Amino acid sequence: MKTELMSANYAAARSVISARVEVVAAYPITPATTVPEQIALLNEDGFYTGQFIRVESEHSAIFACIGASSTGARAFTATSSNGLLLMDEGLHWAAAARLPIVINNINRSVSPSWNIHVTHDDSYSKRDTGWIQFYVSSVDELYHTIIQSFKLAEDERVLMPVMINSDGFVLSHTLSSFDYLEPEEVDKFLPPYSPPHWIMDPANPVSHGNIVFPEYYQEFRYMMHEGTQNALKVYEEVEKDYKNLFGKYFGGPIDCYKCDDAEVVFTSQGSIAAEAKDAVDELRDEGYRVGNARVRMIRPFPVDKIRELGSHVKGFASFDRGVSYGFGGPVANDIRASMYHTKYRPMIKSYIGGLGGRDMTVTDIKEVIKDTYKAVESGDLGPEETWHDLME
Amino acid sequence: MVATREMPLKEYVLKGNAACAGCQDMVALRHAHKALEGDVIQVVPACCTSVVQSLWPKSGLAIPVLNTAFMAAAATASGVKAALKAKGNDTTMVMVWAGDGGTFDIGIQALSGALERRTDFLYICYNNQVYSNTGTQRSGATPLHAQTTTTWRGKTEPEKMIDLIVSAHEPVYQFTANTAYPRDLYDKFKKALEYPGPKFGHIFLPCPQAWNYPVEQGVEIGKLAVETGYWIQWERIGEEFILGRESKRFQDPEKRKPVDEFLKMQGRFSHLFKPKRDEKKINEFEDFIQHRWDVIMRAFT
Repeated sequence: MKTELMSANYAAARSVISARVEVVAAYPITPATTVPEQIALLNEDGFYTGQFIRVESEHSAIFACIGASSTGARAFTATSSNGLLLMDEGLHWAAAARLPIVINNINRSVSPSWNIHVTHDDSYSKRDTGWIQFYVSSVDELYHTIIQSFKLAEDERVLMPVMINSDGFVLSHTLSSFDYLEPEEVDKFLPPYSPPHWIMDPANPVSHGNIVFPEYYQEFRYMMHEGTQNALKVYEEVEKDYKNLFGKYFGGPIDCYKCDDAEVVFTSQGSIAAEAKDAVDELRDEGYRVGNARVRMIRPFPVDKIRELGSHVKGFASFDRGVSYGFGGPVANDIRASMYHTKYRPMIKSYIGGLGGRDMTVTDIKEVIKDTYKAVESGDLGPEETWHDLME
Repeated sequence: MVATREMPLKEYVLKGNAACAGCQDMVALRHAHKALEGDVIQVVPACCTSVVQSLWPKSGLAIPVLNTAFMAAAATASGVKAALKAKGNDTTMVMVWAGDGGTFDIGIQALSGALERRTDFLYICYNNQVYSNTGTQRSGATPLHAQTTTTWRGKTEPEKMIDLIVSAHEPVYQFTANTAYPRDLYDKFKKALEYPGPKFGHIFLPCPQAWNYPVEQGVEIGKLAVETGYWIQWERIGEEFILGRESKRFQDPEKRKPVDEFLKMQGRFSHLFKPKRDEKKINEFEDFIQHRWDVIMRAFT
């Protein structure tokens, strides 16, 4: 392990070497572009020895990954925003074909209007494709979560693809230190991919994707659901192994900070969640009993962890950097749904903001947390949903 | 040309597949796979073949088949090829088997990309000139004046000359074939095995469902397509153009059979003869036949 100073995209490109990815297929889109650029350079310089397909669209990128994974190769791609949307058909396809492909989606606002900065709408809109979804807060976390994700995706109990989301520019283009692992080190953790289900092989010809009639289709879908749900338990094992081998641990599906005695916890995804630690520290200094619950995984949704938090906090200030148009904050709504069948009734306030890359500073986060704190203290919920910093 | 008795006896198209009676796609697949002899991974986008290969959990083809999305065949094949390469396998043939919709229309971008990347694979477009699988809607390959369920009074444009688009990508080997000439088709697949790099085969195959003719007449119609000059059999090895011997005889318009013979056999053109022969439209059809000859010969010779 050696410490390097790089942007998240540069680190993601290097994870491909560390995890011995066999096939990368990618198409440039800002702000993901430097991932394929770096992979190309590493490939041409002989550091990345797998195949790199410079495809002509994101649709082709995901389907080249599907072809590669179907032939037993470990496959990776990176994209953003409209690129992820163009992949949509392939995202559903990869999940239903149970192909353990890994994507680094660099969150970017969806057009129109053109905006290359962070909003989580791109990946939120892919929530129901079957892909396991992580949101990360640092360069180091991104790099190691990609490596972990191959182990998670390839586990026979899971066999579902994984999308690791990192905030455009805030992470993708910001230099930070991370601990690089040589492939020989990662070998101890991640064995070569050996598909346990099916593979394209002339020595043992099978067809994949034939027509399935209504009497069987539903069962395949149930198995996908099971596979995704299993990811919570399997990820626990993955993280434990990883910690033992490399001393790295990122906090499970929800990384809690000062939550144990908190009356209000702030939940969020991505880089805001790192900023929120400082907000929590400052608020603690000011006498507020608050905590930070950084939601790292939104699918499968960590229902048990939310229920555990919900059993002892009085309020959630749930922040979404994206919207389900007509129903508000996607993660806030998942938290509400998770608590419904329990006896606990914490206030769950939804905040939406930071869209289009609008800055969310420590001061902004403090304002949000205090708003929920006030509601808890007064017993008056106030608005269920608040758009933070919305111009009148 | 291969003698029928020289073809391998092994069948890769198995009994019990779900093809319609008289399906010429099965004729094409049967002879293609006899030539390739099993060391092949076949990528199939949405098309008739994705249905007729049979229904889960059975398979009507004795080769590995990867079904994929409509517009993604060539991209998927690129991934398969890359995986084989990553694993040190340089021998297994990666073959796309796509219909005309998946090639001329929705799949053309992925095809263009894979050809431009010089992907070592064989892309086959089996062309029945219509979206047969969805109930016979017009495609970019549907000929002028053909009736489909989205051109009830006949298509108003001739088909796209896909071969010219493909040839602009300079594949190492390109051919046209026709299921009425299965031995020729077999030879072309054998030849495809010899050239590493991007290869493209365009197979004309009549469809009794969409073209509306008695199921046993597919071969006659296929032959008439050549004999009227409508379909041209040719190959291109790099820059070298070879006009097929079946078509050479009909290069001279004087020697061609009347186009009516080809058109009259097919219900999709029946409106051209009712209540009486539509001189204007049939002339337009004939003009396109000659136009295609002129363009092909001008481009390639």
